[in-house]
Amino acid sequence: MSLRLQARNLACERDDRWLFRGLDLDIRAGEIVRVEGPNGSGKTTLLKILSGQLAGYEGELFWGDAPMRRAREAFLSSLLYLGHAPGVKAALTPLENLAWYQALAGQPRDESSRMAALEAIGLAGFEDVPTGQLSAGQQRRVALARLLLTPRPLWVLDEPFTAIDRDGVQALEQRLVEHARRGGCVLVTTHHELTPCDALRRIRLGPGGDDAGH
Amino acid sequence: MPATDRTATGAAMDAPHAEPHGSLGVAFWATLKRDLVLLLRRRSEVMNPLVFFAIVITLFPIGISPDPQLLATIAPGLLWVAALLAALLSLDSLFRADYDDGSLEQLLLTPQPLALLSLAKVTVHWLLTGLPLALMAPLLGIMLALPAGSYAVLALSLALGSASLSLIGAIGAALTVGLSRGGVLLSLLVLPLYIPVLIFGAGAVQAAIFGDGVMAHLAILGALLAVALIFAPWAIAASLRISING
Repeated sequence: MSLRLQARNLACERDDRWLFRGLDLDIRAGEIVRVEGPNGSGKTTLLKILSGQLAGYEGELFWGDAPMRRAREAFLSSLLYLGHAPGVKAALTPLENLAWYQALAGQPRDESSRMAALEAIGLAGFEDVPTGQLSAGQQRRVALARLLLTPRPLWVLDEPFTAIDRDGVQALEQRLVEHARRGGCVLVTTHHELTPCDALRRIRLGPGGDDAGH
Repeated sequence: MPATDRTATGAAMDAPHAEPHGSLGVAFWATLKRDLVLLLRRRSEVMNPLVFFAIVITLFPIGISPDPQLLATIAPGLLWVAALLAALLSLDSLFRADYDDGSLEQLLLTPQPLALLSLAKVTVHWLLTGLPLALMAPLLGIMLALPAGSYAVLALSLALGSASLSLIGAIGAALTVGLSRGGVLLSLLVLPLYIPVLIFGAGAVQAAIFGDGVMAHLAILGALLAVALIFAPWAIAASLRISING
C-alpha cells in the first residue's frame, strides 16, 4: 500500500467559529508538510483530526485508498504522533520511558536500540536520570528519541522544536528531510522557519489560508 | 544531536506495515510494569487510601462506643464502607497523570487494543489499593472486635470485591478524566454501581459471623467480578475515547 493521507472537504467548527472549511489535502510519501497559521488558527486541531484523535469534524479522511474508519489499524501502525505534551513520565528515566513506547509499538525489548536512540538525540549520560530532573529541552528530546526508536513512515509532529536549542533544531530538521528522502512523510507545525527544500510543502490556516472558509 | 546515527529507522522504512501484531502480552506487561514502578516511586499516593482506611476505622470505636458487642454488629458494614470509600478516593488519579502529560493520547494511538491496556492500568490500581486494603482489613477488624472466624472471609471478600470496585470505578475515572474537577461527578457516577458489591461483600462477613454459609455471597462477588472483567475494559476504552475526543 502506498503511503498517502488524504482529506476531502475537511471542516472543523469550534465555539461557533470555523477553524477551517473546505480543506483538501493530499499528503504523499516523500513530503514534509508544514501547517502554518497564527495562534488559535487550528493547527493542533488539524493535526489531531489527521491523526485520528478527534471525531468532531466534517469531511472525509482516507489512508491509502481506504476510508480512515476502515483503515484505522493499518494507519495507527504507520503513525508516530508527538503532541504538545511530550508524553514522558517525570518519575521514570529516559530508558524506562522509551521501554514503554517500544512495547506499545510492538517492538521486542531491546535496551541497546534505546541507548542508541538516546545517544543519537543527545542524551548520552542521562539514560538513568529521572526525566523530571532534566531540562525542558532534554525532556522534549526524550520524546523525540521515539522518532529514532520506532520506525514509522508517517510522522505527525506538533511543535517538535519547542525548547530545543539551535543545533538541536538543525539536526532535527535534517532528520525530517532525511525521513522524507527515505520515503517517509512528515506533517509538522512549528513557528521555526524551516529551511526550504524540494520536499517541503506548506498549508496555511487562518486569514488568507488554503481552505475555502476565508 | 549528531546526524551521524543510523538506528533502525532506515531498515524498517522499506516495509512500513511489517509491524508485529503478536505483541499484545508485551504491551500489557510493559504498561503494568510501568504503572507499578510509577506508583512505587510516588509512595504517598499508594499510602493515602490505606491511611484513610486506618484513620476512619480507628475513629469509630472512639466516636461511637468501645462496647465490643455493639462494634461487632456494625463492624462488617463499617469495614466495607470505609474500604469502598478509600478505593473511591484513589480512583480520580487513575488516568489523570497520563492525561496531563500526554501519555494518554499516546495510549489511544497505539495499534494495541485500548481495552487491554486499560485493564493493565486497572490491575495496578487493584494491586496497590484493593489488595493492600483487603490485607489490612483483618488488622483493623481486631480494633472493631470483629468475632474470630470471620477474618479470612473479610479479607477474601474485600480482595474479590475491590477488584470489581477498581474495574467499575475506572469507567467513571475514564469518563471524568477530561474534566478539571471530576471528583464529585465520579463519585456520583460510580457509587450506585458499587452498591451490589457492598451488599454482598458486607453480607459475606455478616454470614461468617453468624455461622451461615458464606459461599453464596462469595460466589456472587465472584460473578460480579467476572461480569466486570468482561465488560468494564471495553467500557473504559470507550469512555477514554469519549473524554479525549471531546
